[in-house]
Amino acid sequence: MIPLNWWLILAALLFCISVAGIFINRKNLIVLLMAIELMLLSVNMNFVAFSRYLDDMAGQVFVFFILTVAAAEAAIGLAILVVLFRNRRTINVGEIDSLRG
Amino acid sequence: MVVEQVLFFALGGMLLLAGLGVVTLKNPVHAAMSLVLTFFTSSMLWILLRAEFLGIVLILVYVGAVMVLFLFVVMMLDINVTPLREGFARFLPVGATVAALMAVQMIMVLSSKHFGFDQFAQPAAVTEGSNTEALGLELYTNYVYPFEIAAVILLVAIVAAITLTHRKREGGKTQNIDKQVQVRRDDRLRIVKVASESNEGGGT
Repeated sequence: MIPLNWWLILAALLFCISVAGIFINRKNLIVLLMAIELMLLSVNMNFVAFSRYLDDMAGQVFVFFILTVAAAEAAIGLAILVVLFRNRRTINVGEIDSLRG
Repeated sequence: MVVEQVLFFALGGMLLLAGLGVVTLKNPVHAAMSLVLTFFTSSMLWILLRAEFLGIVLILVYVGAVMVLFLFVVMMLDINVTPLREGFARFLPVGATVAALMAVQMIMVLSSKHFGFDQFAQPAAVTEGSNTEALGLELYTNYVYPFEIAAVILLVAIVAAITLTHRKREGGKTQNIDKQVQVRRDDRLRIVKVASESNEGGGT
């Protein structure tokens, strides 16, 4: 017997870990992307838990779409990362300031 | 029912530990491996929530495709990790404070007073029908239009990733359509006058 709020708390803790990860790894673009993946995962866990406890399939359908969009986002993000590294030889977020006026 | 709780705590603890590993490990390859473990454990948790199809999809799509892509990029780029780690200790207190505050707030909101068994009853055990079938029925009837948009998004991602990373190489052998269309007969064909041999006295 697992109440719904255990699942929600688990997802919330995972979300907090990834927020902390974005704070402490603000120089490393790869870990930043991974922290974003972690955030999406925790949100998906909320969707799945609510879908089970409300007995509504729509939650799982939304997880399906979020997975699709997250996969596309990861692919494009990594492609940008590769191009960035090819041009600047670095992925340090501190050195990426070309768009600063 | 106790089995379920034990599984929940074991997998949940592993999930949080692996998540901590993702954000704290020094080596990006180790962080990616930790993220793989995170995806595995959460897929098991989803299966515990009777979302079997999504659990399998999480492993196939994330561990099988996205994480392999991450590892490819991490290993292909020759990254010097040391400058990327600076500020780690400096921002650790801030990050930990923000995360702890958020966690406390969320746990207060998500108390069993609002999301406990009184509001959300324990769902009935699934006795018949498969999760995959139910999800498929929803996807191909009520959500068929968003489903196709998702397909288009994936196509856009493919095209974008390829056009971003593609580069012209020197000395590559590619077709030049303009030149092919503009070709004239004289460029390709040379008519040579050859004197015909006389056949007199010749043998066979």
